[in-house]
Amino acid sequence: MDNLFVLLIFVLVLAIFLGFELINKVPSTLHTPLMSGANAISGITIVGALISSGSDGGLWTTILGTAAVFFATINVVGGYLVTNRMLGMFRKK
Amino acid sequence: MDLLQSEIFANLAYIIASMLFIFGLKQLGSPETAQRGNLISSSGMLLAVAVTLVNNQIISYEWLAIGLLLGILVGASAASFVKMTSMPELVALFNGFGGIASLLVGSAEYLGTGSLGLISLTAIFLTLIIGGVTFSGSLVAYGKLSEILPGRQITFKGQRLVLIVIFIVALLFGAHLIFNFQVVQGWNPLYSFLLLISFSLIIGLLITLPIGGADMPVIIALLNSYSGLAASAAGFVINNNVLIVAGALVGASGLILTNIMCKAMNRSLANVVFGSITSSSSGAVNPEEVGEIKPINVSDAYLILEAANSVLVVPGYGMAVSQAQHAVRELGELLEENGCEVNYAIHPVAGRMPGHMNVLLAEANVSYDQLQEPDDVNPVMDTVDVCIVIGANDVVNPDAKENEGSPIYGMPIIEADRSKTVFILKRSMASGFAGIDNPLFGKENSRMLFGDAKESISGLVAEFKS
Repeated sequence: MDNLFVLLIFVLVLAIFLGFELINKVPSTLHTPLMSGANAISGITIVGALISSGSDGGLWTTILGTAAVFFATINVVGGYLVTNRMLGMFRKK
Repeated sequence: MDLLQSEIFANLAYIIASMLFIFGLKQLGSPETAQRGNLISSSGMLLAVAVTLVNNQIISYEWLAIGLLLGILVGASAASFVKMTSMPELVALFNGFGGIASLLVGSAEYLGTGSLGLISLTAIFLTLIIGGVTFSGSLVAYGKLSEILPGRQITFKGQRLVLIVIFIVALLFGAHLIFNFQVVQGWNPLYSFLLLISFSLIIGLLITLPIGGADMPVIIALLNSYSGLAASAAGFVINNNVLIVAGALVGASGLILTNIMCKAMNRSLANVVFGSITSSSSGAVNPEEVGEIKPINVSDAYLILEAANSVLVVPGYGMAVSQAQHAVRELGELLEENGCEVNYAIHPVAGRMPGHMNVLLAEANVSYDQLQEPDDVNPVMDTVDVCIVIGANDVVNPDAKENEGSPIYGMPIIEADRSKTVFILKRSMASGFAGIDNPLFGKENSRMLFGDAKESISGLVAEFKS
């Protein structure tokens, strides 16, 4: 349990550093699509939502989990589609 | 044991999903590859969802199917039917939904599982507070961007104190949630849980309501970061790597954007969130201080533009308000046909969200290599014949360079005043955000083109065509 926790913290720290490196040089033209695309990725919480909704954790867990699935799905599906639509407009002549 | 349902298979697939997110984000960094990057990232999401669905932790599918279907329906139709000009508020809204989803996951775990360890409880506390702030804060941002709420700063006396007190009380509820110490007879940790959620939502409101329109890009970037952190915290609740990695990536990218926005205003994050600019004067600009205001009409402006070899357009929120971007693009094309070089100088904080102007101009079919940053245009500003400032104010205010007493002193600006002629398209002489005087309007080479920006630009277009 404690080992797992340390491992997860390790992953977290590395991922934060990786995130800083990845995004550092994005031109300002792409700031809105970057935000919206990153926002779609934050919808990854859908994985937790699906587990809560579908596991046998009692009535409240199912209800709250299903609500979480609903919101996270909007976040994911809407986020990716909107980003795709926006990026489709960035054209070079 | 079925391979597809084994934990090791799921975890390997989550690692692949994480890699796809990383590749996708990397490719989002350049206009040529961005659309592909978004596709790669979405395939990572699809993989993560598919693996979760076949995993043996899930035993019933009725409820989650309902959630998924409704979510797809709402998300897809919102994304497909929204007007491009409403993009900023939609992004804010989706961001809030990410926050509430993490809050709900934390709540479901809290109410469901029998005994939770300290680490899980701490992680649940974090999903509740970060998710709650993200949700209510993003809803306020949505309200302000879509003009359901007034865009100005909404403040009351002692707001900061109230925020601090509520934050401390929320932390106390959190401590009770985690350690479950005896407070008073009959006080159940469940009460702390419910109050913590309510207080988190209130904190989100108190942080975003006082943010004025011009500071919105900072707070939106910050909320974007929070939605990632909330997902990361949810990852600790269910001990899942992919949530932690993906959430951390988003948290980091949001923080970088926040930092870029703060630098573009020469202010610290604390100053944006807690200190509103104290206005030096309110209401209209005092003409004596800024020099003589010289209005110009459309036909005279046309004559100057017709003779120009180089034109730089500086858009601001006013262009978004009057929806002038298509007329601007048309004018740009006519100028180019006339042998003139046309570029667009976009300040990082122009508009109400990071990259707002770029999206509007891209929607109007302006080529993205014409969209330039202040550092690109300032060195060659002396060679620009006409600078057309459309509904921008503070980002071209020379006081930021010249007047040490100005509240925006030190902010990097687009130095429009150094071009040969400046046209300023403005409704009236009312001052911009925070009521700061703008000496640009009174400069020798400045001409004010009063009226609605779209009408003025369309007037110029008509002159070119006649």
